[in-house]
Amino acid sequence: MTNRYETVFILTPVLSEDQTKEAVTKFKDLLKKGSGKIRHEESWGMRKLAYPIQKKSSGFYHLIEFESDPAFIDKLETEYRRDERIIRFLTVAMDKHHVSFAERRRDRKAATADGEAPAAKPARAPRKKKEETPNA
Amino acid sequence: MSETTATAAPAAAPATGGGGGLNNEIRYLTPISIETTKEKYCRFKKMGITYIDYKDADFLLRFVNEQGKILPRRLTGTSLKFQKKVSQAVKRSRHLALMPYVADMMK
Repeated sequence: MTNRYETVFILTPVLSEDQTKEAVTKFKDLLKKGSGKIRHEESWGMRKLAYPIQKKSSGFYHLIEFESDPAFIDKLETEYRRDERIIRFLTVAMDKHHVSFAERRRDRKAATADGEAPAAKPARAPRKKKEETPNA
Repeated sequence: MSETTATAAPAAAPATGGGGGLNNEIRYLTPISIETTKEKYCRFKKMGITYIDYKDADFLLRFVNEQGKILPRRLTGTSLKFQKKVSQAVKRSRHLALMPYVADMMK
């Protein structure tokens, strides 16, 4: 049985670009090996943290959406804990609403990347507003 | 003329005084405007939102006061079902340092 999961981890900012890439690929390989199927991947890059973690005020965020066996999550999380480069991580099981939301979010992002979104997005927003007004 | 008014006044006074025993009733010239609070509603139910994303810290900022505390349902009007999801999302967001645990002057 497989479930959908979403995992976000934060790498220390002290690593060089190659080192961060290497750390990311390490976890991707781990996922592939451990019955995981990567569905989506997102790198948020360097971000400022809302509060300092291990005396660092910024971190490199990376998000992976994958499908795997529930038993694999434990292995993944122990691997996170063992790795010193990871300062924070979060793994979340996705329910159907979350999955559909993630897909919509991806479509929106793909649209913005193409440059068509500026046209598509305003078209969507007013429609929502119109729905609002009759109720109010 | 003066007699009629004189008789009318004592007659009226016992009637009002007799009703409550004390004549404490305050009368206003203009009716007091009672503040009618706007009907609260759950924005998630209304907008048909089914999932609250923990990654969107800007959105979650609406459900948090300026110290970073989660606002109660009685203020935001969120239904219980979605309040649980909001609080879960805020807590996840805090864990990932997308939102602060404690702050002042957040907004």
